[in-house]
Amino acid sequence: MNKILVCIKRVVDYNVRIRVKPDNTGVVTDGVKMSINPFDEIAIEEALRIREAGNAAEVIVATIGSSDCQQQLRTGLAMGADRATLIETADEVDPLLAARTFLALIEKEQPELVILGKQAIDDDCNQTGQMLAALWGRPQATFASKLELDGDKARVTREVDAGLETIEVDLPAVVTTDLRLNEPRYVKLPDIMKAKKKPLETIAIGELAQDIAPQVNAVNWSAPAGRTKGVQVNSVDELVAALKEKGLVG
Amino acid sequence: MSKILVIAELDGHALNPSTSKCVTCATALDATEINVLILSDQCGEAAAAAAQIAGVGKVLTVEAAHNAQPLAAVLAPQIAAAAADYDYVFGPSTTFGKDVMPRAAALLGVGQVSDIMAVSGPRSFQRPVYAGNAILTVEVPEGRKIVATVRTASWKEAAGGNSAAIEAIEPAADIPSHTRYVGLESHASERPDLQAAKKVISGGRGVGSAENFELVFKLADKIGAGVGASRAAVDAGYVPNDMQVGQTGKIIAPDLYMAFGISGAIQHLTGIKDAGTIVAINKDPEAPIFEIADIGLVGDLFEVIPELEAKL
Repeated sequence: MNKILVCIKRVVDYNVRIRVKPDNTGVVTDGVKMSINPFDEIAIEEALRIREAGNAAEVIVATIGSSDCQQQLRTGLAMGADRATLIETADEVDPLLAARTFLALIEKEQPELVILGKQAIDDDCNQTGQMLAALWGRPQATFASKLELDGDKARVTREVDAGLETIEVDLPAVVTTDLRLNEPRYVKLPDIMKAKKKPLETIAIGELAQDIAPQVNAVNWSAPAGRTKGVQVNSVDELVAALKEKGLVG
Repeated sequence: MSKILVIAELDGHALNPSTSKCVTCATALDATEINVLILSDQCGEAAAAAAQIAGVGKVLTVEAAHNAQPLAAVLAPQIAAAAADYDYVFGPSTTFGKDVMPRAAALLGVGQVSDIMAVSGPRSFQRPVYAGNAILTVEVPEGRKIVATVRTASWKEAAGGNSAAIEAIEPAADIPSHTRYVGLESHASERPDLQAAKKVISGGRGVGSAENFELVFKLADKIGAGVGASRAAVDAGYVPNDMQVGQTGKIIAPDLYMAFGISGAIQHLTGIKDAGTIVAINKDPEAPIFEIADIGLVGDLFEVIPELEAKL
C-alpha cells in the first residue's frame, strides 16, 4: 500500500499521579510530563512494522492540538514515521471533532490504512476510531491484538470480553490498537537528530473542519470517593475470620 | 416526555446481563418510555428475557441473517435508523457497546458520553477519566440526541417480573459487506463469569507462571469465585486476555475481590474500585494495592493460597 495514516494524541504521561485542581476545573497539567498516548505509540509501531515488511511506502503521523504537540509528532518521526502533520487548534477537541478533522485529512492523503489507539488515557472515551470509520463509510477493527494484511483485505484479531474475535475487513479501513498488538521501539538519539529534518506541516483546524463546537460540555472534575482505610491482618486465620465476619465466605 | 432506546447485548442468542444494567441506568432518568432493541439472527430467546426486565415498555426485534454476529459496521446503521425518534440511546460499556455505540453516534451526527457512572440530571452525567482518578461531570447541550454507554460495574441489574410487548421492526439501513466475521477463540468455563461473579480471585505477576495459576483456579473453585488477572499476568502469558481486570480490561464490582501477587498499579485499581471488599495478599509491604485494600496480608501467596484453601 501507499500510505498508512497514524492519528495520535498528546496526553498526560501514564506514570503521572493525577491530581484534580482545587477549583474543580480540570486536572493539574502544569509542569507535568506529557507523552504520546500509549495506545497511539503502539499504532505508530504497527505502521512502521508494516512499512519495514515492505507492505507500505509511507507512514504519516498526525495529531490535533496546540503547537506543543509538535513534540509528540517529533517523537513519532524519531520512531521512524516519514512525515508529520499538526492540525493546530487552541481549543479542546472532542472525539467527534477529531473524527471529522481526521476525515478531512484522509480525503487529502488517501491512505489505505488508518491506525489509532483504542482510547486516550486522559479522557478514556474510546470513540474516535469508530466515529472516524463511520463518517468515512469504511470498516472499523477495534481493540486489535493482531493485524495481518492480505492484498486489499486485512484480518484483525480483536480482544473482546469473550476472548479473541477475528474479523476480515476490506481496505481502506480504520484499526484501533489494544495493548498486546506490539511493543513499541525505543527512540535512539541518532533517530531524534534525524527526525529534525523530516517534514512536519501545520494546518489550521479551520481549513479542515467547520463545526468545532463541543458535543458534550465538561462541567466539573472531582476526586473520586476514597475507600475507608483498611486493616492489616497477620495470618491466614485472621484473614479467614475477617472474611467470615463480613459474611463473604461460608 | 423522553424516550430511551437500550441496545441489547447478546451472548450467542441469550441476553447478556449488561442489558438489564443499562435499563437500570435508563430508569434514573425521567423517561416516558424505555424500549430495548435486539439485533440477532434469532431474537426469540433474548426478547423473552428482555421483556421480563422491570421498566421496559417494549422489546423491539430486528431479526435478520446479517445480524448473526455483532459486527459494528452492520449493526450501527440499523441502530441509527431505529433510534430516529428516541432522545437517548444507551448501550453497555462492554467491548460490544464500546465497538458499536460510537459508530451509531457518528451516524446520528452526535457525540457520545462513555461509561456513565451516575446520572446528575436529565442531560448531566458522571463518568471516570484518567483511569478513574478523576470523576468528570458532563452536560449535553439541548437539542441533540444523547448517545451513551453505561458503566456496568456502577449499576445493579433491574428487577424481573415484567411482561413487555415484543414487536418486530425493520429499520431502513444499508448493510455494508466490507466487514466479515471469521471466528471467536473463547475459553468456555464452568466458573462464574468474571463480569457477573459476586466473588473474584485475581492473580498478578507474582503468580509467576501459567502452571502456578492452577493454585488460583483451585482456590476460586473452592469458594465458587470467578478468576481475574492483572495486565502483567496476561502480558506474561499466564492467562488469556479475557481475564484481564483494569482500565483497559474489565471493570468489575464483585462483593469480594482477592488479589494475589498484584502490586496495584493505578490502571488495575480502576477496574476494582467499586468492589465491596478488597483483600490483598502480597510479599511486598509497600505494594500500592495495600493503600486501597480493606484487608491486607503481607505474605507469600504460595503459602497463603494453599492455607486459605484448606481453611475456607
